Amino acid sequence: MAAAPSPRAWVFAGRRPAARSAYALAAPAFGLMLLMLIGPLAAVIALSFTDYQLGAPSFAWIGLANYYEMFADRVFWISLKNTLTYVAIVVPGAVALGLGTALLIQSGAGLRSWYRTIYFLPVMATLIAMAIVWEFMLHPQFGLVNGLLRAAGLQGHSWLQDRGTALYALCVIGIWQATGFNMVLFLAGLVSIPKHLYDAADIDGAESAWSRFRLVTWPMLGPVTLFVVTISAIRSFQVFDAVQVLTKGGPSKSSEVLIYTMYTEGFEFFRSGYGAAVTVVFLAFVLLLTLLKSALGNREVHYA
Amino acid sequence: MTFRARALLWPAARHFLLSAGALVMLTPFIWMLSTASKPQTEIFSSDLHLIPYHFALWDNLRTAFAKADLWRYLLNGLIVTISIFGLQVLIALPAAYALAKLRFLGRDLLFALVMFCILIPPQATAIPVFLLLHKLGVLDSYAALVLPFTISVFGIFLMRQFFKTVPDDLIDAARMDGISEFGIVWRVMLPTAIPAVTAFGIFSVVAHWNDYFWPLIVLNSEHLQTPPLAVAHFRNNEAGTSYGPLMAAALVVIAPLVIAFLFAQRRFIEGITLTGIK
Repeated sequence: MAAAPSPRAWVFAGRRPAARSAYALAAPAFGLMLLMLIGPLAAVIALSFTDYQLGAPSFAWIGLANYYEMFADRVFWISLKNTLTYVAIVVPGAVALGLGTALLIQSGAGLRSWYRTIYFLPVMATLIAMAIVWEFMLHPQFGLVNGLLRAAGLQGHSWLQDRGTALYALCVIGIWQATGFNMVLFLAGLVSIPKHLYDAADIDGAESAWSRFRLVTWPMLGPVTLFVVTISAIRSFQVFDAVQVLTKGGPSKSSEVLIYTMYTEGFEFFRSGYGAAVTVVFLAFVLLLTLLKSALGNREVHYA
Repeated sequence: MTFRARALLWPAARHFLLSAGALVMLTPFIWMLSTASKPQTEIFSSDLHLIPYHFALWDNLRTAFAKADLWRYLLNGLIVTISIFGLQVLIALPAAYALAKLRFLGRDLLFALVMFCILIPPQATAIPVFLLLHKLGVLDSYAALVLPFTISVFGIFLMRQFFKTVPDDLIDAARMDGISEFGIVWRVMLPTAIPAVTAFGIFSVVAHWNDYFWPLIVLNSEHLQTPPLAVAHFRNNEAGTSYGPLMAAALVVIAPLVIAFLFAQRRFIEGITLTGIK
């Protein structure tokens, strides 16, 4: 058969045995996709317009009532603000440190895989277990952090118990965990930069490390950087584990974040409808980030 | 500064900066190991020291295993991650083969759906999937932990990209031999795709061994707990009193993956950053 089948061939394809087995092969996957992904996605949006509560005998369509309630709720706004603060700190932190580490590793030959392994270790290790270790390191009395501060003659602090610092302590854990992941993505990007570009820059008189970075490395890393920033932002929006175990959103909501709000509403109070409305807000942000990435990504193509 | 001096100085500066960063990255691991090796009296002292005066790692491990059925939780983690990965392969590979190598009406639409589903964050579907499992009456069971993840759209996408590179001649030859399309998936495509399946396996096992969100939502029974849930539970029961055994339990939970990682770090890094290559 020709490489590009005529429309007719497509129509009749349904009768060919290969096509029939194609449907059989794909059916389980697409059935489950509808049941576990597309269906639930539609359901979460629909649920956000109802007053459904788990176990309730019936429910009613209540239009935008969940959204009105949410937008009037102080806790929702605190939660949103905290999530955005978390993203605004963790993304630049983990991206800059990941890039810096990748550049440093790539700038020499010694101990490369050794460093890569160490920086990647936090990505591997179960976050919940490590969050509990961080909690003990931040222990006001017996923790390592305050111990070192005391040894340096500084005042210790109740990092996770103070409403002024709890969110920032969680940011530190987030950056610690995400840096290695970003580093590996940047390393892959650095390796793929053709060496002749650096030679060309050399000939053009770009001698300092900084000018080589500015003229070659940074522009060539553009698409990778865009990708790393978006994926870091999406992952930061999902912050939950450390919050649930270490602070429960406290003290006095100072570390309340979106997914944690969704969790308490949807799975502790079983207010499914209201929890769904919070989920929709979360989804909107993730969608916005994805769109932003593809919009910028398309523009970026010309430079790559 | 002469060129020579700079050539000598830069590697030193590079190692200095990278080592300082590496120390920060490793501190939680070192402190976990140190605390897990200290007796109670040394933990609750304001005197900071790394090497315990009295080595108590075995005592703390014994206490941890006595207070929580850690073997059981590790086994749960193993059962759940292996079941998820096995079912993901069983369901994704045939679909990936159909999308990559067979022509049928609606193929492009189906592939577009796969690409769309990759964008759905797992938290977004949590409430409806929870309600569905509630309706099916399977909450608080292995099924609740495994079922929602049997479909991996990312796995379908990844394997489809890989299958695209397999030459058609190989498939035609298999058809000539009278192997069915279903047989081709397992007897022709799977053997060529072992590296991709391994990478996907690492990605899947690491993600689900470490997952806390979903087990937290669907489980009630203590005996079904996965390792992350168990260590959080341990902490809620014991924190403030027995940090030594708690750190020992945390060590046990991260150990299987960390040890596997140290042995095959290149493969692990490849697998976990798969999402970064798409």
